[in-house]
Amino acid sequence: MILRRLFPHPLLSALLVLIWMLLVNRFAWGSLVFAVIIGITVPLLTAPYWPDRPRVSGLGRILSYIGMVIWDIVVANVQVARIVLFLPNKDLRPAFIVIPLRLKSPEAITVLAGTITLTPGTVSCDCSEDGHALLVHCLHAPDPDAVRDDIKARYEQRLVEIFE
Amino acid sequence: MELIAEILISIILVVAGIFGLVGSYGLVKLPDAMTRLHAPTKAATLGVGGVLIASLIWFLVLSEHHASWHELLITILIFLTAPITGLMIAKSNLHLTWLPEDLPQPPNGGQWATFDEGKIPPALQEEHDPESLRGD
Repeated sequence: MILRRLFPHPLLSALLVLIWMLLVNRFAWGSLVFAVIIGITVPLLTAPYWPDRPRVSGLGRILSYIGMVIWDIVVANVQVARIVLFLPNKDLRPAFIVIPLRLKSPEAITVLAGTITLTPGTVSCDCSEDGHALLVHCLHAPDPDAVRDDIKARYEQRLVEIFE
Repeated sequence: MELIAEILISIILVVAGIFGLVGSYGLVKLPDAMTRLHAPTKAATLGVGGVLIASLIWFLVLSEHHASWHELLITILIFLTAPITGLMIAKSNLHLTWLPEDLPQPPNGGQWATFDEGKIPPALQEEHDPESLRGD
């Protein structure tokens, strides 16, 4: 289990190497060596602070989720631009909606809240005390229940598959 | 090839600029603090993202013939930090100007985390009129 000992958090190691190489901006073997050193030492030093980290599974699922979110950002930006430009303020129907959560782990809820904020028209505002519901503000929601069901079906369902 | 790249870059820049402008206009036009919050968290994503993609293509094709990966890194970091900013602004707005009774309640009882322990927002303890803070 020397590998387990050396890489307590393999995804974090890979991410650190990637980000270091992006920062360096031009490939060189010297910087790759340094990136690997950082990728090994930082997870080792921070391992005590991650007593129970979430288990993510399915690289394909994660990539398709990221792609879907980027596409949604583009599409929904156009919708919000249309609301801002053409909808008079008196016809605007801002609303708070409550999203009950099936997700349990704090990391998964964080990803969901970030996704909700990034996709235009919705901003996640608060989490309930017990962590089982999110408060979301909608810019224009004539039908709040439809927005809630859409978020649950489109994002939360996929995150449940990734994190659990 | 270079002409195509230049046209592509110009189109992306113009589109990104339009989205940035619409986001700023939304900041002026929308009626209250909560709806205004929507404009900047969005303009940051597509407007800034578009400019960065244009920069990436310019470095790749026209300038130095190798990609400048810093743009990609900036995009990722903006996408990671924009929701945190939005959440912080939303939470402080809720904390300062909203009463828990005005919001929909969590389904399992309890309260929203901002109103933990049923604290009364400090702005409401004083002589503030919540309506005046909430919007125009």
